[in-house]
Amino acid sequence: MSTANLSSQNASEVRSGLRLRWVRSLLRSPVGLLGFFLVSGAFLMAIGADFIAPHDPAEFNFRSRLEAPSWLGGEPGFFLGTDQLGRDLLSRLIHGSRISLLVGVLGVLISMLIGVTLGLVSGYVGGFVDSFISRVIDTFMAIPFILLALAVVGVVGTRGGNSLVILVVVLGLTGWVTFARVVRGEVLSVKNLEYVEAANALGQHNFFIIFRHVLPNFTASIIVLATLQIATVIIAESSLSFLGLGVQPPTVTWGIMLADGRDHLATSWWLSTFPGIAITLTTLGMILLGDWLRDVLDPRMKT
Amino acid sequence: MIRYFLSRLVQMIPPLLGLTVILFILIRVGGDPVAHMVEPDATDEEVQLVREAYGFDRPFIEQYFTQFGLIIRGDFGDSLRFHEPAMPLVIDRLPATLELALASIVVALLIAIPAGILSAVYQNTWIDFLVTTASTLGRAMPNFWIGIMLILIVGVQLRWLPPSGRLEFSSIILPAVTLGTSIATTLARVLRSSLLEVMRRDYMTTAHAKGLKRWTVIIRHGLRNALIAVVTVFGLQMAWLLGGSVIIEEVFAWPGMGRLLLRSVLLRDLAVVQAGVLVFALVVMGTNLLVDLLYAYLDPRIRYS
Repeated sequence: MSTANLSSQNASEVRSGLRLRWVRSLLRSPVGLLGFFLVSGAFLMAIGADFIAPHDPAEFNFRSRLEAPSWLGGEPGFFLGTDQLGRDLLSRLIHGSRISLLVGVLGVLISMLIGVTLGLVSGYVGGFVDSFISRVIDTFMAIPFILLALAVVGVVGTRGGNSLVILVVVLGLTGWVTFARVVRGEVLSVKNLEYVEAANALGQHNFFIIFRHVLPNFTASIIVLATLQIATVIIAESSLSFLGLGVQPPTVTWGIMLADGRDHLATSWWLSTFPGIAITLTTLGMILLGDWLRDVLDPRMKT
Repeated sequence: MIRYFLSRLVQMIPPLLGLTVILFILIRVGGDPVAHMVEPDATDEEVQLVREAYGFDRPFIEQYFTQFGLIIRGDFGDSLRFHEPAMPLVIDRLPATLELALASIVVALLIAIPAGILSAVYQNTWIDFLVTTASTLGRAMPNFWIGIMLILIVGVQLRWLPPSGRLEFSSIILPAVTLGTSIATTLARVLRSSLLEVMRRDYMTTAHAKGLKRWTVIIRHGLRNALIAVVTVFGLQMAWLLGGSVIIEEVFAWPGMGRLLLRSVLLRDLAVVQAGVLVFALVVMGTNLLVDLLYAYLDPRIRYS
C-alpha cells in the first residue's frame, strides 16, 4: 500500500518536473514563445469572438461603406475600416478566425487518423498491402494537394449548408499522405528492432505490439507534423475560400474577405491587406510552435 | 541510364491508373453526372436518352473500362461550356502554364541560391538572420496573398508593371515572382542546411589546406555537393508550384491551364476538369522524372538498379 502510494507520488513529481521543463524550455526560446502567443491569441479570438468583436460582423452600415481605418482618418469606431457593405473589418477578422482554426484542426485530425493508420498498416504488415498503399501514396503525391481539393470540391460542390463539412472532409482526405509517408518510414525503422521481435516472440497480439511498442516511438514526430500541417490546411482553406470553392457567404472566412477585397484593390487597400496579415500571423504561430516542439520533443529531427 | 529511364516510365503507370480510378469515382460520387449534361427543364425521357447515349446506364465496371479506353486516346468528351473536345482546350493552355512555371523556377533559383549560400557561409550573422526570417515568413504567407500585395503595390500604386493579363512580355514578372518566392523559401532553407553540413566535411578542409581561395572551395567543392539535396526537394516542390499556379493564374488573370481548370470546376464542366487534372498530373510526373535524371547526372555515386 505504502509503496504504491510512494510510486504514484514519485510519478506525479516526475510529471510536474517534466511540465516545468517544458515551461522553462518555452521561456528560453523566444521563437517558441512567439509561436505560443500567436497560436493562443488566435484560439482566444476564435473562442471569444462574440465578446471581443466591437460590432456584429454581418451588420450593414450603408452610410459608412469602404471607410479607411479609424487611425488613418476613417470613421471613428471602425478600427480597421469597413468593407463594401459597411461591415466592420475588425469584427469580421475576429469572427473569420473561427472557420480557419476549425477547418485547420478538424482537417488535420482526419488526415492524421487516416494517414497514421495506413502508415502503420503499410509499414508493419508489409508485402502486398505495403506495395498497394505505397502506390496509393504515389498517386496522391503526383497530384498537387490544392488540385485534388479543387477537383473534389468542384465535383461534389460546396453550395448549401453543409459546405463546411465537405471542406473539412476534402482537406482531411487530401492531407493524409504526409502522415502516412512519415509513419510508414518510422515503422520500418523500428519494426525489426529486438524489443519488437521479443514482444512478437512472447506471443503478443499484433494490435497490442503496434500500439504499445511501435507507435509511442514516433508520437513526437506526429505531433510536430500535425502542428505544421495545421498551417498548411489553414492556407489551403483560405485559398479555396478565396477561389469561391470553400465555405460560402454569409459565413465569414479570411479567404472570402480577401476575395471581396480584390474588387476594391485600387481604392481600399485595407480590405485585402488585413485578412492576409491575419492568416500569416496564425500560420506563422503554428510554424514557430511546430519548430519549437520539434526541438524539444525530437532532437533527432533538428535541422 | 536508358534502362533507368524506361523503368521510371513504367513506374509512372500505377499512379496514372490510380488517378483514372479516383476521377471515375469522383464523378459518380458527385451526384448524377447526367443531371449536368441536360437542360434543367429536360423531361425524364430526354434524361434517359442522354444517359443511354453516354453509357451511364451500364454496370460500373463496364463504364470504367469504356471510359478508360477513351481516356487512353485522350478523349474526355466535349466541354459543356465551349462545345468542343475537352483535351485540346487544355493542351492549348499548357504553354502559358509551362511558361509561367519556368519563369517561376528561374526566379526561385535566382533568389534561393545566393540566399542559401550567403546564410550558410555567414552563419549566425545578420545576413543569416535575415534569410532565415524571410524564409519562415514566406512559409507562413499564403502565396496568393503575396500576389495580391504585389498587384496592389507594384501594379496599382507604383504602376511599374502590368498588374494582370498576358499582353506584354513584362506581364509575366509579377506572377513569376509570386510563385517563385513561394518555393524559393524552401529551396534556400534546404541549401543552407545542406551547405552547412557539407562545409564540415574533410574534403572541404583538404581543399582549404591545399591553398584554394575561400570562395573557390565553397562554390566548386561545397555548392556542387550541397545542390544534390536541393534537387531532391525540387521534385516535390514542382507539385507545389503547379498546384499554386492554379490560384496564381486566377489572381493575375494569366490565361493558363490552371485558370481554365478553375473556371471549369466552378461551372461543373466535368470533361475539362478530368482532362485538366490528368494533364496536371502528367506534367508533375514528367518534371519529377526530369529531376531524377538530373539527380543521376549530378551525383555519380547513385547507381540505379
